[in-house]
Amino acid sequence: MNAREEILGRIDGIFPARPAAEVAADHERIDRRYRRAHHGGGIVDLFAERVADYRATVLRAAPSEAPGLIAERLAARPGRYGVPAGLPAAWVPAAAAIVRDPSAGELDGLAGAVTGCAAAFAETGTIVLDHGPAQGPRALSLVPDFHLIVVLAGQIAPDVPGGLERLDPRRPLTFVSGPSATSDIELDRVEGVHGPRTLEVVIVA
Amino acid sequence: MSAAPPPSPAMPTYLGMPAFPDAARRAVADERLRANLRHATTTIRGRRAGAVAELDDWDALREAGKQIKDHVLANLGHYLRLLEENVTAAGGTVHWARDAGEANRIVADLVKATGETEVVKVKSMATQEIGLNEALAEEGVTAYETDLAELIVQLGDDRPSHILVPAIHRNRSDIRDIFLARMDGAPRDLTDEPAALAEAARRHLRAKFLSAKVGISGVNFAVADTGTLVVLESEGNGRMCLTLPETLISVMGVEKVVPSWRDLEVFLQLLPRSSTAERMNPYTSTWTGTHPGDGPRDFHLVLLDNGRTATLADEVGRQALRCIRCSACLNVCPVYQRAGGHAYGSPYPGPIGAILSPQIRGIGSDVDASLPYASTLCGACFDACPVAIDIPEVLVHLRARAVEDGPRHPLERASMTAAGWVLRSPALLRAAQRAASASRRVVGRGGRIGRLPGPLRAWTATRDAPVPPPESFRRWWRRTDGGRA
Ligand code: SF4
Repeated sequence: MNAREEILGRIDGIFPARPAAEVAADHERIDRRYRRAHHGGGIVDLFAERVADYRATVLRAAPSEAPGLIAERLAARPGRYGVPAGLPAAWVPAAAAIVRDPSAGELDGLAGAVTGCAAAFAETGTIVLDHGPAQGPRALSLVPDFHLIVVLAGQIAPDVPGGLERLDPRRPLTFVSGPSATSDIELDRVEGVHGPRTLEVVIVA
Repeated sequence: MSAAPPPSPAMPTYLGMPAFPDAARRAVADERLRANLRHATTTIRGRRAGAVAELDDWDALREAGKQIKDHVLANLGHYLRLLEENVTAAGGTVHWARDAGEANRIVADLVKATGETEVVKVKSMATQEIGLNEALAEEGVTAYETDLAELIVQLGDDRPSHILVPAIHRNRSDIRDIFLARMDGAPRDLTDEPAALAEAARRHLRAKFLSAKVGISGVNFAVADTGTLVVLESEGNGRMCLTLPETLISVMGVEKVVPSWRDLEVFLQLLPRSSTAERMNPYTSTWTGTHPGDGPRDFHLVLLDNGRTATLADEVGRQALRCIRCSACLNVCPVYQRAGGHAYGSPYPGPIGAILSPQIRGIGSDVDASLPYASTLCGACFDACPVAIDIPEVLVHLRARAVEDGPRHPLERASMTAAGWVLRSPALLRAAQRAASASRRVVGRGGRIGRLPGPLRAWTATRDAPVPPPESFRRWWRRTDGGRA
C-alpha cells in the first residue's frame, strides 16, 4: 500500500469518512460566540494607534496632501526607490529616483519601496498586501530595508474577522504588523532582522 | 474504535538523552540556565496575560478554536483529501509520508532533483521532529536555519530548548560569544546589544537568501477548502524562504489542516497573543499553490503522519493534536522553568512535549516513559492553552499507559503525596485528587492496575527545589511569583 492510502486508511479506521454535506453541517454548528469586532467606531484612529504601537511611523494625510507627504518621506532618505507599475501616479514623487517594477537583482540596492495595500485590520494594526498591481510582487516590499505603505481609510476593517472577509485567499498574501522584529534575544523585541527595518504608513483619509 | 496502528518509532530521541529526571537534575543545577529561563518565561508570561486580557471574548475564541480543531480531527480524512485536491488544483504537488524516514527521503529527493546542495529553512517544529537537517546532511545537502534563534542554536552546535524561542537558554553575551566564534564575517567589535546581534545575523544571511534556490518551511495552518498554506513569523526570514527560492518544500503534520478561510479569524487572534504576546505577529504569509510571476515556481507539500494517526486513535490522548504550538504552556510551567527544555529529550519541550512526544514516538524508551511524570499536575498549562488541551488529564492517562507499555522501571508503590518535589506538599490536594480520580477511571476501564504508579525514585532525586509551603500549589505559585519571591 502506498503512504497516502495507508495514512488515509488509518484515519478512516478511527473516524470513518462521512458525506461532505454532513461534515459541512457540523462545521456550521461550531460555536462562534466571539465578537466580529472589538471596537465599534473610531476605526481609523484605532488603526493609527495600533500600528504606532509596533514602532512604525504613522502619518495621516488628506488625498490632496498625500503626494507631498510621500515625497517628503522619501526625500528624508536619499536613494533609489522601487515602486510597482500599478502604483497610482499621484503617489510617485516626481523628484525622487524611482525604479518602476525593479528586477529581482535590483532590489537589494534600493533604499526602499512604496506600495499600496489590499486591506487593513484596525484592532491589530495589521496591513495586508495581496500583491496586486499597486503592490507589486512579494519580493519588492521584502528585500529593501524601508517600506512605505499607503493605506486608504476605506481599506481599514475594524478587526480580524471582517478584515479576512475582504481578502481573496487565492492570491498570495502578506500580513504586516509593524517592522521586522525578533524576540529571540532574551525576549526583548528588537526591530529589524531580515525584513524592512523601517515601516512607514501613510493613512489617506 | 479500531486498534491503534503501531506508533512510528520515527521521531528520534536525542542521542544519548537521559530520562527526564536525570536531565532535569542537571539542568536545575545549572544556575545560568535557570536564570535565563526564569527571566524569559517571567517576561513573556506577564506580557501574554496583558495581550489576552485585552480581548473580552477570549474564552469564546478559545472554545471556537477547540471546536474547530476537534471537528477537523473527527473528519481528518475528509479535510486532507480536500486539501490535497485544492493544493494540486492550484499548481502544487502533495506528498504523503508515513514516518520521519519517508518524509526525509521525499524532501531529500526533491532537493537533489533541483541539483542544489544548499537550502534555506524557516523554523519548523515538524522538520525538527523528523530530524530533517541531519538527514539532508547525510545526503550532502546543507540546510541553513534562518531564524535568529535557530541560527544561534545551529552555530552553537546546540539543541533548541523552547518552541518559540529555541535559544531561550542563551543570554545576550552567550550569543555574542557564539557569533564571534562561529559566524563567518561577524564584526570583531560586535557588542552584546540585541540590535547589533540582529544586524550581524541580517548581514550573515542576506547573501544566502538572495542566492537560495530551494526553501523549506513548516506550516501553521492549511486551509482545506482553498488549498491555502499559512506561516506566521516575526523576522522576515520566513517571507524570504517562502518567496525568493524557485522551489519551496513545506512539511506539515496532518493535524494542521483547518476547514475554511474563515476559521483563520479564530486562530489569527489566538496564536499571536498566546505565543509572543502580541496583537499580531509582524509577518504572516499565505500562498495557494504557485503564483505566476511571484514566488516559487515549484511548490511541494509533504503531509506527515509520524505517529499522529496513532495519537488520533487514543480517545484521551488525541486532544494533543489540537496544539497550535504557541508555547504558552511552557512559559507557565513550573517544571519547565526549572528543568529547561533540553531535559525533555525532544523538539517538543514542556507540558505539550510531555504529552506529545510519548504519543508520537510510542512509550518505548526511558525518556518517553518518564515524560508523563514531568509535571506537578498543577493545571497552569491547561488554563493557558488557547485550544483548551487538558494536559494534566492526558498526562495521567499516559502514566497509566507507560506502566502498561513502557520499559520496566523501578516502579514504586505510589501515593501521589510522595510523587516528587512539588507533590511532597501535603496541600497539593487538588492536583492529587484530580490525578487519583482520573487514575481510578483508567483502572475502571482497563482493570489492570490498582494505583497510580510512577518512576518515583528517580523523580524525587531531582528535588533540588525548595519544598513549597503547605498551601495549594496554585496559590503558592501565584503568591511567590513562581517560586521567586
Ligand atoms: S498545548 Fe496548548 S498551550 Fe501548549 S503549545 Fe500547544 S496550543 Fe500552546
